Amino acid sequence: MALLEVEDIVIRFGGVTAVAGVSFAVEDRQICGLIGPNGAGKTTTFNCISGIYRPNSGRIRFAGQDITGEPRHRMTGYGIGRTFQNLALFRSMTVRENVLAGAHASGRSGFIASALALPQVRREAAEAQARASELLALLDLNRVADAPVAALPFGWQKRVEMARALISRPKLLLLDEPAGGLNHGEVDDLAALLGEIRRNFNLAILLVEHHMSLVMRVSDKVVALDFGKKIADGTPEQVRSDPEVIRAYLGGGDDHARAA
Amino acid sequence: MSASKGLHPEAAIGPIAVPAATPAWRRGLYLLVGIAVALAPLVLLESFHLFQLTMAVIMALAVLGLNIVCGYNGQISLGHGAFFAVGAYATAILMSHFDWSFWATLPVSAVVCGVIGYGIGFPALRLAGHYLALTTFSLAVAVPQILKHKSIEDWTGGVQGLFLVKPDPPAGLPLSPDQWMYVVTLIVAGACFLLAWNLIRSRIGRALIATRDNPTAAEAMGMDIASLKTRAFAVSAMITGIAGSLSAVAIEFVAPDSFSIFVSITLFVGMVVGGVASILGSLFGGLFVLFVPNIAEAISKAAPGVIYGVILILFLFLLPDGFAGLLRRIGQRLRIRP
Repeated sequence: MALLEVEDIVIRFGGVTAVAGVSFAVEDRQICGLIGPNGAGKTTTFNCISGIYRPNSGRIRFAGQDITGEPRHRMTGYGIGRTFQNLALFRSMTVRENVLAGAHASGRSGFIASALALPQVRREAAEAQARASELLALLDLNRVADAPVAALPFGWQKRVEMARALISRPKLLLLDEPAGGLNHGEVDDLAALLGEIRRNFNLAILLVEHHMSLVMRVSDKVVALDFGKKIADGTPEQVRSDPEVIRAYLGGGDDHARAA
Repeated sequence: MSASKGLHPEAAIGPIAVPAATPAWRRGLYLLVGIAVALAPLVLLESFHLFQLTMAVIMALAVLGLNIVCGYNGQISLGHGAFFAVGAYATAILMSHFDWSFWATLPVSAVVCGVIGYGIGFPALRLAGHYLALTTFSLAVAVPQILKHKSIEDWTGGVQGLFLVKPDPPAGLPLSPDQWMYVVTLIVAGACFLLAWNLIRSRIGRALIATRDNPTAAEAMGMDIASLKTRAFAVSAMITGIAGSLSAVAIEFVAPDSFSIFVSITLFVGMVVGGVASILGSLFGGLFVLFVPNIAEAISKAAPGVIYGVILILFLFLLPDGFAGLLRRIGQRLRIRP
C-alpha cells in the first residue's frame, strides 16, 4: 500500500475544470516530483492534498485512511507537513518561535493547563524546545535562532519554513516550489538538503517544482501533468524522454496551438 | 563566524544580540522588588490617591483582557466596555441582592463574561477587521441601554444603579477599607497577569500570535483557528469582566451611565499607548488612561479634552510601539553595552 494515494480527483472552478481525473501514488520514503507547464493543475492538485480545496470527485488516501476533504488543521496530525510557495512565516516571531509553532500539533495542553503552567505543559514545552534546537542545527539556522524571522534573507526564510514543517515529524512533506527565488548555489544546497532530510527523517516528499534540473536530480519518481490530466508517470529518465512531456514543454503539439 | 557552507552571505545579517537566560536568584530579586514597589503606595499615598491607583490597576487589568484578543490574536474589539459592565453588574447584583461576599462573586462574573465572550466569538469568526470593530462597537453602545431597561430594573436598579460596599479588611490587619481594596486589587490583578503571562508564553499563546500573523500557515501547523479565536474571546472577556467586578466594589456603586461607549474607547487607547500585544504594556496603559486625563485637567480646566488629545498624539509619535516598545529598546541597549 502506498503512503499517499490520489485517486481520480476532479476539481472544477465554476465552468473551468482545473484537474480532470488525476491519479498517482507516493510510496514511503519516496521523493516524488509533480511537474507540468503553467496552468497544468499542479498547484491545484497540491492544494487538494493539503486540504485547501475539496475535490469535486475522487479520493485521497493517506496511510490507508481516507482524508478527502478533511479540515486543513487536521493534516499535520495525520502526518502531512507543508511549506508554501511565497513564504508564509509568522513575521512577528523569531526563527526559533516559528519552528516551535510548527510543533503545535504534537502538543495537547489547552488554555487552562497553559495558563496554570501545569507540569505537563512544561514537559511538552521542554520537548518542543529540544526538537526545535535539533532542527535549527540541522538546517544551519543556529546562529540566527533568536533573530526576528523577517530580518533574514529569502533563502534563509525558506529553510525556516522547512524546519517548521519538519518539527511535527511528518511522514509526507509537501513542498510548493521550494527552489522558487533561490540562486544557483542555493538550489544545489536545497538538493543536498532534500536528500539529507529524507535520510534523517524517514519521510516521503512530494514537490511541485518548475526548476526542472532540480526535480530530475532529486526525484525517484516524476508525475507530469498537462491541462489537468496526467500525461506521464515514472522515473525521471522515463518522463524526460516521454514524447507527451516533450510536446507539452516544447510545444509543437496541436493541443497548445488550439488552446492558444 | 562562517560555520555555514560558505554559500550564504554572512554580511546580509547584522550582529544579533542573543538574550541570555535570567538566573533564578535574579528573577527572585526582581519579584521581591516588584512586590515592594507594588505595596509601597500603601504607606506612601493617602486615601484618594490610593483609590486612584487602585482604579489604574483595575483599568490595566481590563486593558490586559483586551490585549489578549486584540493585541495577540488580532481581533479588533471596540466593545470591551460591555464585558467590563457585565462583570461589574454581576458582582453588584450578587452582592446587593443576595449578600454574597465579593470573593464569591468573582468566579460567577468570570464565567458569565466568559460565556458571553465565547458567544460573541462566533460571529467574530465571519467578520474580520473593520466589520468586527463595528460589531463590537454596537455591543458597547447597546449595553448601557439594556442595563436601563424596565424588564430587568428590579435587578439592575435601572437608571439609579446599585450601591454596594467594599469588602472589609480581615480582622487583625491594620488596614483601612481603601488600603484593603488596593491589596485585593493587587492580588486579583496579579493572579490574572500571571495566568495571562503563562498563557501567552505557552503553545496556546504562540498559536494565538501565529493565527494573527498568518492564518493560512497557522492552519497548516495544525492550529484550529475557529476554536482558538472563540476561546481567546472568552478569556479576554473573562479578564475584562473581572476588572469590571473590581471596579464595582472599588467605587461602591454601579450605574448604566458609567459604562458608556467611552469605556471601550478608553481601553483601546490604553492598549495602544501601553503596547499592542504586551502584557507589561497593559499595566502602563492602565496608568495612562487613569492619570493622564487628571493631568490634562490640571493643565487646563476649560479644555482638558484638547490637552488629553495632544498628550495622546505626542505619545503615539514618540512611542510608536507604546511603553512596551520603549522598554524593549532600553533592554536592547543594555544588552549590547554590558
